[in-house]
This record gives sequence, C-alpha cells and structure tokens, in this order.
Amino acid sequence: MRSLVVDHGGPLAPGVLSGTERDLREAFLRDIDRIPGAARLSQCIQCGTCTASCPVSFAMDLTPREVIAMFRAGAIEDLLKSRTIWLCASCYQCTMRCPADISITELLYAFKRMAIERDILPPKFPVHVLAETFARTVTRYGRNFETGLILSYYLRTQPSGLLRRRRAGFALWRHGRLPLRPHRINGLSGFRKIVARAEQFDLPQEPYEGLGSRETGHATFGR
Amino acid sequence: MKYTYYPGCALHATGVAYEKSIRAVFAKLGAELVELEDWNCCGATAYTSVKKTVAYAISARNLALAEKAGLDMVAPCSGCYYTLNRTREALSTHAELRANVGAALAEAGLELGLNTRVRHPLEVLLTDFGIDRIVAARTHSIADFRPACYYGCQIVRPFPAVDDDPENPMAMERLLSALGAFPVDYPPKVRCCGGMLVATVPEVARELCVQLIDWAQERGANCIVTVCPLCQANLDLLNVDHGNGEHRRIPILYFSQVLGLALGCSREEVGLQHGLAPVTLGATPLPVGVRGGTR
Repeated sequence: MRSLVVDHGGPLAPGVLSGTERDLREAFLRDIDRIPGAARLSQCIQCGTCTASCPVSFAMDLTPREVIAMFRAGAIEDLLKSRTIWLCASCYQCTMRCPADISITELLYAFKRMAIERDILPPKFPVHVLAETFARTVTRYGRNFETGLILSYYLRTQPSGLLRRRRAGFALWRHGRLPLRPHRINGLSGFRKIVARAEQFDLPQEPYEGLGSRETGHATFGR
Repeated sequence: MKYTYYPGCALHATGVAYEKSIRAVFAKLGAELVELEDWNCCGATAYTSVKKTVAYAISARNLALAEKAGLDMVAPCSGCYYTLNRTREALSTHAELRANVGAALAEAGLELGLNTRVRHPLEVLLTDFGIDRIVAARTHSIADFRPACYYGCQIVRPFPAVDDDPENPMAMERLLSALGAFPVDYPPKVRCCGGMLVATVPEVARELCVQLIDWAQERGANCIVTVCPLCQANLDLLNVDHGNGEHRRIPILYFSQVLGLALGCSREEVGLQHGLAPVTLGATPLPVGVRGGTR
C-alpha cells in the first residue's frame, strides 16, 4: 500500500489530510465530545434544514450545511476563515429543527473557540473581538458593562463606527438606559479565582496517542 | 409566593423598563421577588466562543448562590434564561464538566448546585398564578392595544419556557387577549432579531429587525410586545434611525409593561418613559363591577 505521508508543500490527494488539518480535526472532535448534541455531528444527512431555517444564511459565505460538509471533507482551515461561524446569532432555529438532532449552534461555538485559540480568522471581519472583549469585561467586573463593551469594541475594530452609532447611543442614554459606570460584584476576588481555575481546564489538553506528530491521515465521515 | 430574582446585566441597563415592570406586576399580584445576592453575569452564549469551562463555571456560580436561597429562580432575560438552563443541563449530564466546574467553584468556597429551577416570568405568571387569577386582578382596560406578540429565540428553543408549540407559541396572545387587548396574527414571532449582530454586523441585524417591524405594521399592530431585553433594544433602536428609512415609529414594549397597565400600574411604574418611541396608547380604568370578566 502506498504511504499516506506526503510533503506539506505539495498538493494533497483527495481525502488526504495535511498535518495541520488532522491536528485541528482531532482537537475539534475532542472539544465537542463534551457537548451534548454536538457530538452527533456524524449523523448529519446533509438535508439542508439548518440552512433553510437560518435567518442570517443570506449573508453567509458558507451555509451551515456546507460548514458540516467541509469539516467532513477535511477543509477545516478554510471553514474557520469563513464569515459564517461569526455571523451565527445563536437563535437555535437550526438546532431545534435538525432531524438528526445535532446541536449545530453549539458546533459553531466550538468552531469559534478553535478559531480564536488558533488565530485562524476571516480577513476584515473582526466579530470575534466582541466575544473576547465581552469575556474580558465580565472577568473585570463580574458583570457585563454594555457601554464600555461597545466603546472598546468599536475602538479596537472601527472607531468610525462610534460616530455612526452616536445617535443611537445618545437616545439610549437620554432615556436612562445607558449607565456610564460599571457595577462591580462584591465577590469579585472569588469570582476571578473561579475563572482562573476553570481556565486551566480549557488549555489545550495533552495530545492523544501520536497526535502531536505531523503525520497525515484520511478524512473520515464524522469520527 | 416568593421567588429568587435574577435580573441579569441588561435589566440594569438597556432593559431597565423590563425590571421596573416585572417588579411592579409581581408586587400587584402579591408575589415577592428577592434579588439573588451578588449575582454575576450569566456569561450569555457569547462567553462560550472564548472559553468553554469558564463559561459554564461563571454561570454555575449563580446557580450555586441560588441553591442557598432554595426558591425557584425567575430570569426575565431570554439570554440568561437559556444560559442558566443550558448550564444546568450540561452539568447534570456531563460528569467531567461537572467535576471541573465543581473544582473551580470550590476555589471561592462554593458548592455546585443544580436543583434550582430557572424559570421565565411569562411561564411563572401563567402556571403559578394562572390567567383567571390575573384577569380577576385587572383594574384597567387595555383594549387600545393591538400588539404583535414577539417571542424571539431563546425562551422558545432549545428549552421552551412555556409548554407551547415552539414554531407558533400562543402564550402571550392568550394572556393579553384574556385581559382585553387585541393581539394581531404575527407569523415571524419566533424569528431572530439578530442578537449581538446589532453591534458587530449592523447591516445584517437591521435587515432582520426591519422585516420584523414591517410584518407587524402590515398586520395592523400598534405595538410590538417582547419578552427579551435584547430583542426590545434591537427593535427599539430602529425608532431612532427611522429618518433614514420609510419606517413609521412603533412602540416596542415588554409583555410585563402591558400587563402592568392592565393591573393598574402607572406609566412610570412600568417604565414606559424608557421607550425610544412615544407611547400614546393608554389604559383606561374599568367601570366599577366589571373586574374579572373578559372584555
């Protein structure tokens, strides 16, 4: 049998994964293994109910169905670079209607985590910055601080957005809906200890047998 | 009746009218809401994009605090309602995650608590009080209201708050029409408002919100009634931008605001002053002796 090990520079035969793809795939499957509903990824029948149900699929470069197909085909880097996973508004319509009972929304969250962790992101589409800023805001105060969150998101991504949204901001403030100071919880030090301890479980875990090696392998359906 | 109350961050900011009206309605019905001591952000679904175990752990801190109070917890924000329930379910079914989150909570001297039910106020009002009791308590007519009842996403799925058809819930319509309002038929009632996309990809969120408002106005609604602070804010913000489009302004209310008016709360008590479109609709006192009947 011909060896499946190929050069990283050269083109790959159909169905053969590069070392990076294989690494991404294994890490992803390990992650979703702990999410109820998401581990059923292998049950997808490619019916497209998710795409048809998605209220924002009109704005996506890959439809939700295609995301699953590309994952199975081994094109994980390409799908992480798509805007799709960052356009999901978490409305769970696809999850509720999926005939194979796959939690597609949670799958997309797993892709988001992987995209942030590996820094594989779509060009000129910094939506992930909001999630990161949100997480930082919550860790700092124990609660969300909407005014600060939006300010810092726009300052980091597109300061001109603040100018365009100034009327909306002013209207909310004038109607008493935009507090200008954050609220800190009393148990902030304990809260931060919880975050710090939980974070350790989210660090990349020890690779499984032989995973760290740069070998290649075949793409499989689901697992 | 007594409940633990989990406001969530939005109800202390953009959703302040929701907080006022929920408290007013529960007080009118003689129920007590005790705010969860030193609650923290539920993490929303957004935290899950960054760190998984942390997202579950901070959410579980609230459940641990609520466990001490030993009462059912009322969470009016759809995001909080869903996130807290998701945490309960994930930690109940997944031993490894439960162990990890338990270890994290122990750092702050807290113990995992998964027995507290997290409920949405709409369901609490319908189940624990019941439409009959609420109708019996009404003092004002809300016959001027022709609401489009908008449920949005996260109280309907994946954990339906009310035992109802998830594609076509009717709980709000049942409640408001029993109180004398005239809800319109509103097909997009469970479509998404765009959520956080309003900040990140505003043109997409705007498209969704414009459709939701168009649909309501085509059906002759004179207000949209919501159950979620994010839906309310997203739709209400179109009332600011209306100069850019052909949109007529339309009040975006919380179901609890309309309910509060029917129960005799003042406009200020239910927070109508916080809406971005002026609310000209009013509730008129019922003639003596008419209390309790339908219409």
